[in-house]
Amino acid sequence: MARTRYASDPGLVARMGATMFLLGVVIAGFATGLVYLIMWFSQARHGGGGGAQLNVGAFIFFAAVIGIGSALASYYWSDKIALATSGAQLVGPNDGPEARRLHEIVDRICAMADMPKPRVAIAPTSVPNAFATGRNSKVAVVCATRGILDPNRLDNSELEGVLAHEISHVAHKDVAVMTIASVVGIIAALMVRFAFYSELFGGGRRGGNGNNQSAALLIPLVMALSIVFYAVSFLLIRLLSRYRELSADRSGALLTGQPSALASALVKVTGDMGRIPTKDLREAAHLNAFYFTPALRPGDGLATIFSTHPPLKRRLAQLEKISDQLGQAAIR
Amino acid sequence: MGFLDALLGRTKPVQANLDELFALPNAALTLEASTDFRPTGSGSVCFRAAEGKAFSDIEKDVTELLSMGKDSAPVQVTTDSYRFTWLVCKHSPDDAEGLVTDLHAVNSSLEAGGFGPQLLCTIMAFRDSGGRSLGIVYLYKRGTFYPFAPLSGQRRDNALELQIRGVLGADLKIERDLERWMAIWGAPGL
Repeated sequence: MARTRYASDPGLVARMGATMFLLGVVIAGFATGLVYLIMWFSQARHGGGGGAQLNVGAFIFFAAVIGIGSALASYYWSDKIALATSGAQLVGPNDGPEARRLHEIVDRICAMADMPKPRVAIAPTSVPNAFATGRNSKVAVVCATRGILDPNRLDNSELEGVLAHEISHVAHKDVAVMTIASVVGIIAALMVRFAFYSELFGGGRRGGNGNNQSAALLIPLVMALSIVFYAVSFLLIRLLSRYRELSADRSGALLTGQPSALASALVKVTGDMGRIPTKDLREAAHLNAFYFTPALRPGDGLATIFSTHPPLKRRLAQLEKISDQLGQAAIR
Repeated sequence: MGFLDALLGRTKPVQANLDELFALPNAALTLEASTDFRPTGSGSVCFRAAEGKAFSDIEKDVTELLSMGKDSAPVQVTTDSYRFTWLVCKHSPDDAEGLVTDLHAVNSSLEAGGFGPQLLCTIMAFRDSGGRSLGIVYLYKRGTFYPFAPLSGQRRDNALELQIRGVLGADLKIERDLERWMAIWGAPGL
């Protein structure tokens, strides 16, 4: 094995591992909480009747079926969904100069990374952006918008940096990781909704004796538990998403050997994106998680913890550090 | 890449595989024996320059080292439109061994400096009596070869490429996945 300059960042890896661990703990806590609530209530009622428990059991069942079903669907068809919602078209290398430029850059990145070449698509919007999706590298699609392909905007090495970042998302299997991470959050959100409707439409039917009063408590408690879980898992998933963006930046920059080109692309693209018309912003909002940089730019401070992407400052600082490491004469 | 690497989002850049390169001189003989293609004596190494002084120092050393050889012309350094650097070495057409040794010197100095992952490919150029050109391309990351026969107007002579694959199959590890037979238009030295 040859010596290498390309050390991974143990801090980032540790933080990401900790986030995933916490997410697992929270998921386990949620499941335990549900079971505990149901058991507590059935003990309080000596196992009799059980309308509320039955309801909660049905909520869990349907929420799990719908949640897992929709997660599986978005996992299997992530490429098709993303292409359809962004209006992007798959292009071959001979479909015009833009497509050729894109293909040649992707070709070279894949040859450097020893990866199978993903399919290549162009989205007809003027918002400068790019995204990658697909559950494995065989069905993966790397998509760039017309705006980012504009040669007056990014030069070849900047575009290469952006595409290397996207291809790193494919290599890191981000679609799979983020789908798995978000599935229990989806289930919790569905349970909140079911419980809410059940309270709304079924509340009047319950009588006034003691047993039924405690049963009536069960559904609000399940709802409260689900809300808390949903909020915590939402924040953790966003945190995980930001770490994965940093990882993709890092791998992409090391792959091309040009962290500064990626940094300059980031500055240009985010600078431009703040100035685009609102209509485009709203159109692009739902695809944010897989974009190179989000179309909606959150402010500093609190907004950062809700954001799918790390703040520009953080990304630039990391790239600067990588650039510094690459330039050092001695290697470890 | 392992499961854990994907989970934790860390990819290690792939190291170059230099071992297969020395099969080229033999392949050149086979090509001469069974087709009309002869080496032109030029070959090139393509890599993506990393930013920073460490890389540019190594690059400078390599070009100086190669230009010092007695029977070789100075190395030409060009940068293509995708900012990949090409070092073109020229030898006499019958000195395939010397050419491959020079190409290998470039690779091994980059690798020794820790920049192995920056290597993209090496091309050895051939031409037939009708003036058609053919490059045998070595992919560093896969350790495999493929033929690249450019025609005018950015088209490829796929029939010729497949024919060459058949001829060289015994001498070289040919890239099986046709998707990876990347086109390298306007490669210097070809």
